[in-house]
Amino acid sequence: MNSRAGEGASVRWNRLGIYTILVLAAAFYLLPVYILFITGMKSFQEVSLARMWEWPSGLHFDGYLKAWFGKPSEGVRGLSENFLNSVYLAIAATVLSSVLGSLNGYVLAKWRFKGSNVLFPLMLFGMFIPYQSILIPLVKVLQTLHLYGSIPGLIFVHVVYGIPITTLIFRNYYAAIPSELVEAAKIDGAGILNIYRWVMCPLSLPGFVVVAIWQFTSVWNDFLFGVIVTSRPAVQPITVALNNMAGSYIVEWNVQMAGALLAALPTLLVYIFLGRYFIRGLLAGSLKG
Amino acid sequence: MRGLTQDRVVSLLLIAPSVIAVAVFVYGFIAFTAFSSLTRWDSLTPDFTLVGLRNYQKLFTIDRFLSDLRNTVTFTLLFLVACIGVGLLLAILLDQRIKAEGLFRSIFLFPMAISFIVTGVVWRWLLNPGTLQTGSSGVNLLFEKVGLGFLRWGWFTDPTVWHMRPESGLGMFLGQIGLGGLTSSYVGLSLAVVSVVLAATWQMSGYTMALYLAGLLGIPEELREAARVDGATEFQMYFHVILPLLRPITLSAIIVLAHISLKIFDLVVSMTGPGPAFATDVPAFFMWDTTFRGNNFSQGAAIATILLVGVATLIVPYLVHTTRAEASE
Repeated sequence: MNSRAGEGASVRWNRLGIYTILVLAAAFYLLPVYILFITGMKSFQEVSLARMWEWPSGLHFDGYLKAWFGKPSEGVRGLSENFLNSVYLAIAATVLSSVLGSLNGYVLAKWRFKGSNVLFPLMLFGMFIPYQSILIPLVKVLQTLHLYGSIPGLIFVHVVYGIPITTLIFRNYYAAIPSELVEAAKIDGAGILNIYRWVMCPLSLPGFVVVAIWQFTSVWNDFLFGVIVTSRPAVQPITVALNNMAGSYIVEWNVQMAGALLAALPTLLVYIFLGRYFIRGLLAGSLKG
Repeated sequence: MRGLTQDRVVSLLLIAPSVIAVAVFVYGFIAFTAFSSLTRWDSLTPDFTLVGLRNYQKLFTIDRFLSDLRNTVTFTLLFLVACIGVGLLLAILLDQRIKAEGLFRSIFLFPMAISFIVTGVVWRWLLNPGTLQTGSSGVNLLFEKVGLGFLRWGWFTDPTVWHMRPESGLGMFLGQIGLGGLTSSYVGLSLAVVSVVLAATWQMSGYTMALYLAGLLGIPEELREAARVDGATEFQMYFHVILPLLRPITLSAIIVLAHISLKIFDLVVSMTGPGPAFATDVPAFFMWDTTFRGNNFSQGAAIATILLVGVATLIVPYLVHTTRAEASE
């Protein structure tokens, strides 16, 4: 009896220990969010290094207004235009990438051909390369195609370099759909396109959700392509504009934090509401579909 | 069946645009970059005179590049240890039938959804050490408030590099046997990098946690039961039964994280820049700087090629292994 009771107590202590570590870890992950919120809510007068951990005196939206609309008289550009650029960019690139990835995945999963087993890893390699190794010719080619410095150019780049990951996710998704369905449709006389349209597409919704969320998040969060392809502030995506804003010494901390929150908001909302699908895309990226 | 059926032709046509795009924009462009790294193209006007490996030789004499290599090694080691340690710990803790498990998991993983730029901007503000005039700020100020003032330090503004001193006993010995190079400041640990590792771990450790959680889900309950019946404590069960089964996951995590750390760029740009005496500079940043601000295209191409070779060394065996394993299934 005694040893049982002792065991019970030690289990309780263990539980306490586990929850303590988890709560401390959660505090660590939420600390930047806390500072982001309280700093963004402060008025200009309250933003000082010495008081950075103190609560704002009230809800002040000057930081957000200035981050969104800017203040031309002080030479501060607002992020509104760049936010909309990113919306346009991320949605267009996501739609195009998903369609391409779905077609590729369909062919690679259900219409394998000689060499497709070699082609597939060769395509996948493209998602791991450091993009520095393609930037120089990329800029030259975009200039030749008159796509350099424009949002359509940036969409094009994201679609091209999104091919490997979208193909991977769709291929693994379609590989899990029984081939008997395709065979049965073939016997019924359906061709490749009709099978795609009437058999695969209706089953593809979860695949499209995973790919769309993945592409939207990566395109929205991208910085390297944005900073290389777009040089005019008016066409830059929000990550590039935020980095410019944060690098400028005339912009106060509350404005920077407000801007950072605006830049993080869309993908955070996606994560909060569709986190399950986000995690699936994340795990697919390590090739374990 | 002889020849190509109509469906076969259509299937190839469907995939052709993507195959061509990858062939040109990945492989063709890599070839062009590798070729450029062997030329004398060091201004806005392309000059494709071949100079052999001169650009590479020159890189290894440049202070900035050697500092970058040191920082990459430091960053990779610390980042791997931190992400795998934190990720594994959190995954095992969440595996203990925790209340609000989903909430904790979401909290640990949400930084993966936001941009490195946002992370950099926020952590720069958090780790801003403050100056003598302003007093401490950020985390340093927090340390002061809770009585841990001795933990204050310069974070990413600290240019200190820990390395072996040439005048120390071992250093002098190494110098005598011709290994004096090991005492240079390029073979050491740049303390400022720790700040970048902290921010990167905040962002990416949830990813390793998710990998391990997925792995733990795949371990049948019978194995755990069997270990318990054999009288193993929870700790022994994890150490002897679960951890060995998670080894393949650790391997993929190492490969994915290591290749991310070779490529790290956005976070450094937004958080610290090159830092004092290139204390936080990385090759990807140097490449961008020298190519698109300095117009030294051949040098940028050489850095890019070195980065690519590093990434390919990690990724190619992994790709071959995973796709082969799948084909034999």
